[in-house]
Amino acid sequence: MIRYALGRLTSLIISLVVASIVIFAVIEVIPGDPAAFMLGVNARPDTIAALRAEMGLDQPLITRYLDWVTGLLRCDFGQSWTYKTPVAELINDRIWVSLPLAIYALILSTLIAFPAGIYAASRRGGAGDVTIMSATQLGVAIPNFWFAMILVLIFAINLRWFSAGGFPGWDNPLQAIKSLTLPAIALALPQAAILARVMRSSLLDMLGEDFIRTARAKGLSRRQALWKHAVRNALIPVLTIIGLQFSFLLAGGIIIEQVFFLPGLGRLIFQSISARDLIVVESVVMLLVFTVIIVNFLVDLAYAAVDPRLRTKA
Amino acid sequence: MNRNLIIGTVLTLVFITLAAVSFIWTPADIETLDIPNKLQSSNTTNLFGTDHFGRDILSMIMMGARTSIAVALVAVGVGMALGIPLGLLAAARHGSLLDELIMRGNDLVFAFPSLVIAILITAVFGASAVNAIIAIGIFNIPVFARLTRGAALPLWERDFILAARVCGKSAARISVEHILPNITNLMIVQGTIQFSLGILAEAALSYIGLGAQPPTASWGRMLADAQTLVSIAPHTALVPGFAILLMVLGLNLMGDGLRDWLDPRLRVVRT
Repeated sequence: MIRYALGRLTSLIISLVVASIVIFAVIEVIPGDPAAFMLGVNARPDTIAALRAEMGLDQPLITRYLDWVTGLLRCDFGQSWTYKTPVAELINDRIWVSLPLAIYALILSTLIAFPAGIYAASRRGGAGDVTIMSATQLGVAIPNFWFAMILVLIFAINLRWFSAGGFPGWDNPLQAIKSLTLPAIALALPQAAILARVMRSSLLDMLGEDFIRTARAKGLSRRQALWKHAVRNALIPVLTIIGLQFSFLLAGGIIIEQVFFLPGLGRLIFQSISARDLIVVESVVMLLVFTVIIVNFLVDLAYAAVDPRLRTKA
Repeated sequence: MNRNLIIGTVLTLVFITLAAVSFIWTPADIETLDIPNKLQSSNTTNLFGTDHFGRDILSMIMMGARTSIAVALVAVGVGMALGIPLGLLAAARHGSLLDELIMRGNDLVFAFPSLVIAILITAVFGASAVNAIIAIGIFNIPVFARLTRGAALPLWERDFILAARVCGKSAARISVEHILPNITNLMIVQGTIQFSLGILAEAALSYIGLGAQPPTASWGRMLADAQTLVSIAPHTALVPGFAILLMVLGLNLMGDGLRDWLDPRLRVVRT
């Protein structure tokens, strides 16, 4: 297990380093002069030169990269050009919208998908299975931002149960959770559809295994065999999907935040893109990529802890 | 033929036909604005009503189908054109440093949240349909590379490949002449699924303003325009949304149907 973990840790570090190089390269090298890009076409040359000096762009490339990475490690993302505040502060303000939204959506998606997948597998080929599987086909095909608009139309505009957008802050936790509910549902539904399908097929694979037949031969009912043996083992592939979904939810939140005017990382990225505030874009993207890579790493470890066979394979 | 395949193919063909017809005819010109006639609901001249500029929504849907299909299809093409050769190469040189490099490279691309990178690419290089294609296409490469390698590896163990090697054929020739034809079905099925994911990704990118730019019509853009109008003119949001939903559903059903149809082993299990 330790050898496996060390191996995964090495590839984690390589991934993080390559990710940082790619993002740094995309932002700093390819589009030409970031200072000119940020100031727009009408900028005077001396203004550009001043900004270049302020941003440290007159330093060699490798120095800039190392400065940036060591800054990242100290949670110092640099200074935002438009907001005139440290990027870390901006991120700290917004992350308390994006992260709870992703977690909320993950919980909803799991709560919907587990019962649906287990039910469909236990009624394989029956009316319940067919209905759930058709529903998941629809769920996978729905663009989540459109589903979000439909939710607003029904539950905010017509029924007035929820507000159509905005976020009141965490001073009033109930209101805060309420305002994240529609966005979380919109994010969760397509993911729940995928998860339910994975749960169902993983469970069906398990139900065909010898140990289920043994359990049944020992006198366990279908139901007991399903819950005591099949579900537990079927959870292994499901766990990976949940890990991957967290990254989808965090990234997908970027778009859903636009629909609901939530002041999260997604809106920060877009505001920074339109303001040409590249330092903010770069930092938020790096933060999201880091989170995703680290979550995937943790899922791999959890996976190996649950299934010893994987350790030897790796 | 199975039901999924029929429904899926019909839905897909409807949209392909709409897109094809838009090259020679649309019910109305979408580049002329007709403000007095804005936000009309369904009527005899405008089957799906008009948008906030008085443009005919059916015509916009037809032109948007063109954009969606073009972007998603080229993105799948990019993924196949680069991913399949990489996968074949990795399988042919199984266990070598090259194989390891290709697979680790794949893992790395997989580790990136695709939407975030797509946003980064379009933010830096400018929003356009071409950049959307690149952003979506990059993430198709590892999908096809991994699938190709996975399918090709067991084939390399088979007797007919051994026979080909005995005949003195090179690994490259074997890959092209014997491995590739045997994995084509799998690639078609995966291609259909990546096509549908591409449609969704294109819609999402143009919804946030990073895809095709006006005056090029796109479904995501239509939804973005409809967002503030949804309470007074719900049809402006409903029609493009259903277009995306049905097109993606059609492709997914077609993919599922094709898989069952092309893979005889699955057919035996089903009957």
